[in-house]
Amino acid sequence: MPESRIASFGRFRRSHEFWLLMVILGLCASLGFANAQFLTVQNLFDLLTSYAFVGVLALGLLVVLIAGGIDISFTATASVAQYVTLSLANAYGANWISVFAIAIGIGGALGGLNAIFIQKLRIPSIIVSVATLNIFYGLLIFFTGGKYIYSLPDWFATGIFWFEFEWGKDSSYGINLQILALALAFLVTWLLLNRTNIGRQIYAMGGNADAAQRLGFHIFGLNILVYCYMGVMAGIASLIQAQLAQSVAPTVLVGKELDVVAAVVLGGASLMGGVGTVLGTFLGLTLLAVLQNGIILLGVSSYWSPFFVGLVILISVSATAWSQRERRTRSARR
Amino acid sequence: MSNAPALSLRRRMVGLAGSGTVTTLTLLLFALWVAFAITIGDRFFSVNTLQSMAFQMPELGILSLAMMLALLSGGLNLSIIATANLSGLTIAFLLTHYIPGSQGLAWVGIQVLAIAAGFAVAALVGLLNGFVIAYLGVSPILATLGTMTLCKGIAIGLSRGNVISGFPEPIVFIGNGTVFGVPFALIVLVFCALPVALMLNATPFGAKVYMIGSNEKATRYSGVDTRAVLLKLYVFSSLLAGVAAVVMLARFNSANAAYGESYLLVTILAAVLGGIDPFGGFGKVGGLLLALIILQVISSAFNLLNLSQFLTLAIWGGILIAVAAVPHFAGKAPR
Repeated sequence: MPESRIASFGRFRRSHEFWLLMVILGLCASLGFANAQFLTVQNLFDLLTSYAFVGVLALGLLVVLIAGGIDISFTATASVAQYVTLSLANAYGANWISVFAIAIGIGGALGGLNAIFIQKLRIPSIIVSVATLNIFYGLLIFFTGGKYIYSLPDWFATGIFWFEFEWGKDSSYGINLQILALALAFLVTWLLLNRTNIGRQIYAMGGNADAAQRLGFHIFGLNILVYCYMGVMAGIASLIQAQLAQSVAPTVLVGKELDVVAAVVLGGASLMGGVGTVLGTFLGLTLLAVLQNGIILLGVSSYWSPFFVGLVILISVSATAWSQRERRTRSARR
Repeated sequence: MSNAPALSLRRRMVGLAGSGTVTTLTLLLFALWVAFAITIGDRFFSVNTLQSMAFQMPELGILSLAMMLALLSGGLNLSIIATANLSGLTIAFLLTHYIPGSQGLAWVGIQVLAIAAGFAVAALVGLLNGFVIAYLGVSPILATLGTMTLCKGIAIGLSRGNVISGFPEPIVFIGNGTVFGVPFALIVLVFCALPVALMLNATPFGAKVYMIGSNEKATRYSGVDTRAVLLKLYVFSSLLAGVAAVVMLARFNSANAAYGESYLLVTILAAVLGGIDPFGGFGKVGGLLLALIILQVISSAFNLLNLSQFLTLAIWGGILIAVAAVPHFAGKAPR
């Protein structure tokens, strides 16, 4: 049916994602021209690896935002999961399955705790997560003294390297832990939001919680699921970050929550709930990654890199808001 | 709703600090005082302790006021710390470049001009925030996230991440001096809190801010120029960050692009603990001040007890949840 395909392309052309895609393509093209290093397989793999941590967290946050809530405690959750899991692995030995099981368990439990505070005590999610961020992080540093862990199990430090292939001369690429986790997180989140009944219920709840409740949705259960999902993502993200950094630093993750928020909201998710797509989050993440990477490759002093990142964020959100506003006034006049 | 005169005093007191939370917070403060009086004893009430509390509170206090203004309108200002650091660096740069070698009137004038320049920078950031939020319709979290990164970028780019330090005595006095035993910084906080409270409670502008926080659309349709109000509000919020900048650079006798970053979420914590509705429309300066005192009392007491400052963070978080849950346990209908 070509007509409907044209119609859906038309809808896409007016969407937030389309504008974001144009910005990214423009940026990529100019960066590709300016620096031959930018459009290389090497750089692509490096980018995916280094942005996997933010990406996995962003997918968890996307689900929370769509459900109409917010969570900013995930960096603390990740710090706790990372520290406890790898301490246990160092003390008692472990393997890939058990470290991920522990990290997911801890993340899920802390996320569930958020959901219980939010739902059972009827406290807004922003208040709960500001509080639990401080509780989780404060207690972690209190009990651990903020000490770093430098020795990780050998198999963990080595990581994985799947589907190795050669490209060009003497450079080989493969799927590492970070890329694998990022890809799986995208796949699972996309399936959850677009191919399951629960996903539709999450959108509905975020759009109008009262209506969803009257329709008979299990609001408490949905919230538990959503915040646990965020916690699980934080657990996974924490391990791939530790693997990449080759150490556990309990103080470095907290403070990065706004990077994740930036990626998700740049991708068009609304803080009001009910709105947001996996594609949008992917594009928001890509924009930030390409921008930061491009600035370095262009040889701009790293001191000035946050300035340009801020500038592009401001311009792109202003342009999007402006175009949506224009469309609203035009349709109102009609 | 009865209008019995007996109620009016209580109402007025409640009105000072926001509904319900004032009772909870006052009780909590008394409970904490009793608990720390027992565990710490006289030392907790010594002049030294009180003075150190009064020295530490103003920075967080002024920054929390800046955050509060944005929260009341249903927004958020994530750029306050970055704004404070940028204007702090501006002041620090001007002071360290033009003060050495100057005397007399010029010496005084340069200090006044430097601080004025810092306020001007803060006001510019506020104008940018306000314009993008009010006139372009960008959500406050996104807009201020952008300006936060932008300001931090300018600050880092120009200062190369370095610390600028060494200021003349009057500047240092703002952060470290006392007037009749009262830290000057605390006086600054009071002189920020009073006008803000007056502005919010006794001017049409304040009423409009609360209305926008409750329902922006309805406010616009009732003939209020919501965009102009929001623009002004974000400029005020930024100017408060500028005042915080002066207090901060005076207290540390230095300025840097990354000072006080951990304060950002703490200002939200303090504001919400003080009864400011994170979705806008409700909250009073009095409540915020009570919350700040509570946070400071816990922090100072833990310090005297030799407990980790990270435990303080955890307790702050716990208190926030406990206070937020009070209406639920008191059996009142949730908002």
